[in-house]
Amino acid sequence: MDEMKDVILKYVKNEYLEDEDQEIGYDTPLISGGIVDSFSMVSLKRFLENKYKISIPDDKATPEAFDSVTRIVVLVNQFVK
Amino acid sequence: MSHFGSYDDRAANFSWSIAEKELEYTPGGVINIGWYCTDRICENGSGDKKALIWEGTGAQSKSYTYNELRVATNTIGAFLRNLGIQPEDRVCLFMDRIPELYLGFLGVLKIGAVAQPLFSAFGEESLFVRLDDARTRAIITQRKHVGKIRKIIDQMPYLEFIIIVDHDRKKELREREIPFWLDDARPVEMLDVHPTKAESPSVLHYTSGTTGRPKGVQHVHYSLISQYLTTKWVLDIQENDIYWCTADPGWVTGTSYGIIGPFAMGATQCVQDIGFSAENWYRWIEKQKVTVWYSAPTAIRSLMKAGDAIVKKFDLSSLRHLASVGEPLNAEAVIWSQRVYGLPFHDTYWQTETGSIVISNFPGMKIKPGSMGRAFPGVTSAILDLKSYEPITEPGRVGLIALRPDWPALMRGYWKNPETYAKKFVNGWYLPGDRSSIDKEGYFWFAGRDDDIINTAGHLVSPFEVESALLEHPAVAESAVVAKPDDVNMEVVKAFVTLKPGFEPTDDLELDIMNFIRKKLSSLAMPQEIEYVESLPKTRSGKIMRRLLRAQEWGEEIGDVSTLEND
Repeated sequence: MDEMKDVILKYVKNEYLEDEDQEIGYDTPLISGGIVDSFSMVSLKRFLENKYKISIPDDKATPEAFDSVTRIVVLVNQFVK
Repeated sequence: MSHFGSYDDRAANFSWSIAEKELEYTPGGVINIGWYCTDRICENGSGDKKALIWEGTGAQSKSYTYNELRVATNTIGAFLRNLGIQPEDRVCLFMDRIPELYLGFLGVLKIGAVAQPLFSAFGEESLFVRLDDARTRAIITQRKHVGKIRKIIDQMPYLEFIIIVDHDRKKELREREIPFWLDDARPVEMLDVHPTKAESPSVLHYTSGTTGRPKGVQHVHYSLISQYLTTKWVLDIQENDIYWCTADPGWVTGTSYGIIGPFAMGATQCVQDIGFSAENWYRWIEKQKVTVWYSAPTAIRSLMKAGDAIVKKFDLSSLRHLASVGEPLNAEAVIWSQRVYGLPFHDTYWQTETGSIVISNFPGMKIKPGSMGRAFPGVTSAILDLKSYEPITEPGRVGLIALRPDWPALMRGYWKNPETYAKKFVNGWYLPGDRSSIDKEGYFWFAGRDDDIINTAGHLVSPFEVESALLEHPAVAESAVVAKPDDVNMEVVKAFVTLKPGFEPTDDLELDIMNFIRKKLSSLAMPQEIEYVESLPKTRSGKIMRRLLRAQEWGEEIGDVSTLEND
């Protein structure tokens, strides 16, 4: 679980964080905090699907479900076998 | 009682001089949008009225009265003038929705310079082509976006000043980078506002074209006349309203109706620089007691998706008038908003080039869900035959939307691109590039774009620009980009690509290509789907036939394929 958290956090930092000085953690708001916008959410979803060999239905990929690394982990774990 | 009243009365008695008189503008005299939006409101006795209420992430908040707005815009204007910024120099505003974006925009206009707002999510390539085209002299930005500018700065010797509004006072600044802290700057009470005239350039917005580089749409200070009157008549902003325009000032809605129109009316508006979620938005409406809400179909459809139950958790009873812009508002969304908010969204139609609303559902007018409404009084409109360009008199027949080019906010040109500008006019009509029909009662019904431009969530994306960027990816040999239908965003970007030898069509490569475009151009331009193909359909002369791929995505008839290379 912790490993998944760290993998996702690292990916978000590398791919979406524009301000290199900004510190983010597992519970930093990603969507409502303006770090990941609704269009970019598609690439984050694709990353999760590729990485964990899952398929996240569109109706589960809501801004609320993607709003922090912690929430994303909960979402991903619903689909990981 | 709405400002608008009866459509027929307004149409019968219309003159743009109505707005000129209300704004006390004398033709031939000085007209400066920056002054009208700040000093004039104060001179009329509303200096203490709240102008801007702002909230950002991390519970940050600020608010400005009209007098504070006046002084802050003076301060920014004076700072720029002291740097040596001259009238008509282009000054880019490249910021998230923070107060400095709104204040900076007006400060730039006050000194007669040209405001060039750019969407802060643009990647370095998108940013570069727009700055390079405009030969921008200064850019006002935030620390978080400086990295993108540093990557391209060496290619832009003309960009003399990179003004950072939130420098942390620690990190070393590089050549041409200048810190500016509005809160610490000495307030400038009096500023000699530049005496711009009606045709003086004001705003330069960039919009995508089907081919070539993005086009700089040139507006002038006289645009205020129609922006003011449409804000009053269409958005119906009244003295005690709290207005919320959800658009980003990187795009035209965010400047025409997120800055110019409401401030020129002396309205109180609120701005939220927080990402979208239904809960956030409803909480904001409840907290600010928003009365007039101008939003976009994509957001409305996202709110529909979030469901009805969440609406009941919040007190939205302050809402009085709702309007929408960006792409056609589907009938279901109008019916849904009537059911859940007790108010319908009023669709409005216009574009970057028109500068102000040209077709609309007006307050008090019968709404036909799914229709864009009727032409704004003072805007002469028609539907032209697709081939002959003659006006169609038959109701319901689809043709090109055409407008007589005589309203104040219409663009005055494409920056350094007179050939493309000239192509927008046929037989004395301005053609926005959209297809529609008109019914017997004069209501417009949108039927689609007349070109390959992709309208995603109300933002136009050039397939050419995305295709060009795709070719810079090491794995991509050829590409074709088309619109794909989408329930929420109306359209999204889809790319068809062929790969260079040695590359395998994997899911990881698809993600890599998506992220490549997102960083280079923007998240809007990022293909939401990439389809690997062996070859792309081409004409015998080698031109990629996008329309075949588009038809395939939309389940439409493919049409004439007689020129197909390998038919």
